[in-house]
Amino acid sequence: MSIKVVEGKNIVRDYHVGGGLFRAQRTVHAVKGVSFTVDKGKTLAIVGESGCGKSTLARIITLIDPATSGELFIDGNKVDIAKGGLTKEMRRKVQIVFQNPYGSLNPRQKIGDVLGEPLLINTDKPAAERRDLAMKMLKKVGLGHEHYNRYPHMFSGGQRQRIAIARALMLNPSLLVLDEPVSALDLSVQAQVLNLLADLQDEFQLTYVFISHDLSVVRYIADDVMVMYFGEAVEYGSRDEVFADPKHSYTRTLFAATPRADVASIKTRLAKKKAA
Amino acid sequence: MALLDIQNLVVEFQTASGSFRAVDGVSLHVDEREVLAIVGESGSGKSVSMLAVMGLLPWTATVTADRMSFNGRDLLKLSPAERRKIVGKDMSMIFQEPMASLNPCFTVGFQIEEVLRFHMGMDRAPRRERAIELLTQVGIADPEERLSSFPHQMSGGQCQRVMIAIAIACNPKLLIADEPTTALDVTIQKQILDLLVSLQAKYGMGLIMITHNMGVVAETADRVIVQYKGRKMEEADVLSLFESPKSNYTRALLSALPENAVGDRLPTVSDMLFEPAPSGAAA
Ligand SMILES: Nc1ncnc2c1ncn2[C@@H]1O[C@H](COP(=O)(O)OP(=O)(O)OP(=O)(O)O)[C@@H](O)[C@H]1O
Ligand SMILES: Nc1ncnc2c1ncn2[C@@H]1O[C@H](COP(=O)(O)OP(=O)(O)OP(=O)(O)O)[C@@H](O)[C@H]1O
Ligand SMILES: [Mg+2]
Ligand SMILES: [Mg+2]
Repeated sequence: MSIKVVEGKNIVRDYHVGGGLFRAQRTVHAVKGVSFTVDKGKTLAIVGESGCGKSTLARIITLIDPATSGELFIDGNKVDIAKGGLTKEMRRKVQIVFQNPYGSLNPRQKIGDVLGEPLLINTDKPAAERRDLAMKMLKKVGLGHEHYNRYPHMFSGGQRQRIAIARALMLNPSLLVLDEPVSALDLSVQAQVLNLLADLQDEFQLTYVFISHDLSVVRYIADDVMVMYFGEAVEYGSRDEVFADPKHSYTRTLFAATPRADVASIKTRLAKKKAA
Repeated sequence: MALLDIQNLVVEFQTASGSFRAVDGVSLHVDEREVLAIVGESGSGKSVSMLAVMGLLPWTATVTADRMSFNGRDLLKLSPAERRKIVGKDMSMIFQEPMASLNPCFTVGFQIEEVLRFHMGMDRAPRRERAIELLTQVGIADPEERLSSFPHQMSGGQCQRVMIAIAIACNPKLLIADEPTTALDVTIQKQILDLLVSLQAKYGMGLIMITHNMGVVAETADRVIVQYKGRKMEEADVLSLFESPKSNYTRALLSALPENAVGDRLPTVSDMLFEPAPSGAAA
């Protein structure tokens, strides 16, 4: 039987902006009533136009931001962070990899400490064990021992993205929300990270909500796909349904706009350029 | 003469555990109206080499080169004041991490207008008009209202587009775009790539496009450089690269595309690992 790990019912999020002395307040409807469920061990991929509310939804699912209205269930329990009463265990279980890895890393903290900190706060593991686990995790995401004592600014964009993934995995979460986790990775490291996520899912029945702009990645990793457009889920179904028979015009536009990396398309483009 | 000409660029960082060579003798050139794509391994020195060109590396970095010239001027001999006049105007860069590159304390309108004020000496009204025009060009809805937004009130892709607006504000002669569309869905990505290519045609701009997205390479580049471990592995025109990649690393990179998954795992470069022979390929 399938077990629901996370369920959202009619999630709404409004932001109120402006409202200064001279300016009228204005409301941004970032998420307009989105519902979804993800079963244990499955991956829901969310795609959609830039600014359509994906990261907002991600922050709501990971209990960072409250929804304006709607209900969120984690492991069958209704959670409402506005009311409080969140346990440490709940916070451990649900982790996020932010879209902006640099902004989420403390510039004064060495990478080894970045990875060890969640263990320090949430467990009573001794220092030596924390260090050991952090080293192992660095390796898993394709970084090395020599990186342990470096500060965030000393890394490349793709390396920082992997550090963010490593940090989220340190506490063995059961639900992981990944917001564009592989967008800055070269294809080889991307493959390595996607394979790692797949391994962890097989081994520990991890559940993922995976936000991505890359449709080939989505096609590879997702069980279900949700397409968002201006705050609404305009398409939601199994991966095969959505890719084989997209219902909404935005989804079709999205598929059509995917750049092609084949020789024939390159030839066509170069011929056009020459003619112009 | 090339717009940007770099010979034998080396960048080393001083770290606690000694010095680390991030860029190891890279040479490249870009002409006016040309799109050069740089692809390659994460950590292979793509961003660092371009930051060296812009003069934006931290003090822990040592930059040397046999030649580094832009538009006929020797970048190695510029005073900091002279460089400030060029950087952001004639030569500008879309940075890899948009949210970290915008200043969180100022509205996006202020940040765009500041570039126009500093480099173009524009007055208030035309500045505002130009800022709105730029936001419209990068596909931001309600541009007038958005001028008063702070970066944290924008989505990842919206911040990235503000960065792009700032970088193209002064119609640069050379634009270095470091992973410019990572936070954009493919429809807006297409709009941005079309915009960059049109600027290139209209103003004769040279464009360096750093990307790991082979689709973006295929759809924009004239020439491609493949970088691995601080070195240039291969350089080819775009068609030859896809038709007959020369280095093993390029071949491995192309086969790691998710559409090439076999079974339920993806091939990685280390699966096909080989000892790279940079001496031959770097020639
Ligand atoms: N703190 C905030 N205050 C006001 N508006 C906000 C705030 N955060 C987000 N928004 C707005 O809400 C909308 C949704 O933003 P969100 O970050 O969820 O988009 P997204 O789908 O993640 O986009 P992207 O793909 O570009 O990252 C955007 O229009 C954004 O400008
Ligand atoms: N300030 C610094 N101190 C020490 N090492 C650094 C510093 N900045 C960058 N590096 C190192 O230099 C190397 C090259 O980094 P760079 O950012 O150029 O990589 P990249 O090719 O752009 O990779 P990515 O595709 O992941 O962005 C990396 O190994 C990085 O860790
Ligand atoms: Mg986002
Ligand atoms: Mg980089």
